[in-house]
Amino acid sequence: MRQKKRYSGWFMAPTMVIFITLFILPLVISFYFSLTVWSFTDVTFVGLENFKMFLKDRALSHSLVNTFVYSFMTCGVKVVLGFFLAVYLTSHIKLKRTLRSVVFFPHLVSSVAVGITFTALMHPSRGLINKVIQFFGGPSVNWLGDPSIALFSIIGTDVWKGLGVATVIFISGIQAIDRTYYEAAEVDGARGLQILRYITMPLCRPAMNSVIILALVSGMKSFDLIKAMTEGGPGTATEVIALSVYKQFAAGYYGLSTAGNVIMLVVIGLIAYPLQKFLISRED
Amino acid sequence: MNKKKIRCYLATAGGVIAGFFIFVIPFWFMLVNALKDRKEANRLSIAFPESIRLENFTEVIREQNYMLLRAYKNSFILAFFAIILLILFSSMAGYVLQRRSDRKMSVANALILAGLMVPPAIMPTIWVLQALKLYKTMPGMVLIEVALHTPFTVMLYRGFMSSIPVELEDASYIDGCSGWKTFWTVVFPLLKPVSATVTILNAVSVFNDFMNPLYFLPGSKNVTLQLTLYSFIGQFSSSYNLLFADVILIVLPMLILFFLLNDRIVEGMTAGAVKG
Repeated sequence: MRQKKRYSGWFMAPTMVIFITLFILPLVISFYFSLTVWSFTDVTFVGLENFKMFLKDRALSHSLVNTFVYSFMTCGVKVVLGFFLAVYLTSHIKLKRTLRSVVFFPHLVSSVAVGITFTALMHPSRGLINKVIQFFGGPSVNWLGDPSIALFSIIGTDVWKGLGVATVIFISGIQAIDRTYYEAAEVDGARGLQILRYITMPLCRPAMNSVIILALVSGMKSFDLIKAMTEGGPGTATEVIALSVYKQFAAGYYGLSTAGNVIMLVVIGLIAYPLQKFLISRED
Repeated sequence: MNKKKIRCYLATAGGVIAGFFIFVIPFWFMLVNALKDRKEANRLSIAFPESIRLENFTEVIREQNYMLLRAYKNSFILAFFAIILLILFSSMAGYVLQRRSDRKMSVANALILAGLMVPPAIMPTIWVLQALKLYKTMPGMVLIEVALHTPFTVMLYRGFMSSIPVELEDASYIDGCSGWKTFWTVVFPLLKPVSATVTILNAVSVFNDFMNPLYFLPGSKNVTLQLTLYSFIGQFSSSYNLLFADVILIVLPMLILFFLLNDRIVEGMTAGAVKG
């Protein structure tokens, strides 16, 4: 009783009013509007037509597949590279702080600016990346123009931008490991790789779980970078759900756009949420 | 010199070289091309400019009747008000969420936690904003940013609250202060470190936000920085010098922030990520 009197529920009021009106409420009504053809003014109920459309339409179903490829690949690469980079940046080297800052800095640059820069670097004839490849005698690659490569070029750019965050989280996880484990392992005669495999990796699992969930969820929501680099093209090669939602909105198909939003919600709910539960249950 | 020292220097050198090529060159590329003239910049090389041309910056600023300056103003207003509201409201919410443990609070907590993962439903949000007559207005955009950054901010405050002893509040109650007064005079000042983290991280995120203003604040009157940058992509597709001058001008505030507060940003990122 005393607890309730002191910590009045009114403290929650401003946050909850804003959060519920502009986040939870739209989320709830999105389930209804996803079943309609809708133009803000009039609404026609059409049942599951929008979802059928999403699965049948080539561009839209392709965007689903791309979203999976995009989120799992960016997540996987960030986890692996981030881990080794963090191990490197916590090892016996000089200039640790400078190197950490260098890796982290791209995170502060907006996706649009990163997109512009890498689009220029990946220019098919004049781009720096192709010039370097040609210098070593390789063929020039049409990074963003070739439908079979474009998605991976953007994934690479996303990793470049987001690796710093993954690394920083891993670093804090590694630094939280008690030094005595390492000392004990050394006394027992464990070598570098063994220490990495049996001490560092299992003991920084909480950090690893954060990175996995964070990277996966942000991969599934990704929009800015792709919009700035290719707008989903060539064709539908780099189309993802968030981009489809935008395109249907811009074309005036609000019901279809909302259905895309609901699909995104369900996909994240079905993958990220159980995954997080699973990862946390494995933590201890 | 012993073996260990040599290995340390070799590892450092390797890291510096790799870091230089992978992370420094793209920034160098932005900068030199922002300083070249049009013909030279369109070659997209990383060579040092033949002559430094600072007019690129003034030209970009003057573009479309000083659109960039308006965008700066709008982005600052947006970030400023969103952060003020986030600090005030989320600190209050985090306080009660951490101190009280009953059913109501765990429901509120679950709702807010869901917001960390779930993507916002765009179209219905516009619909709600229209009903409130806030669509395409700056106050509406501020509230959207507040709503979207609430989960992360509340989690940061809630996490930090646990390190503040309840006994401090007891003293204030004995002196006859109300819960409201106790919070603002005793607890809130102690939350300064998180408030600083919240300010920096949300400033970065609101400043770099492209998707939400694209949906909720279209129109040239309220244009924000990332939207101008995006609109310049089409406009300057054949004058990379101006495009990169624009990129530099828009990255600049973050660059300054980074050099002033590097450690704090990194610290906040980790705290937020691990607890969230």
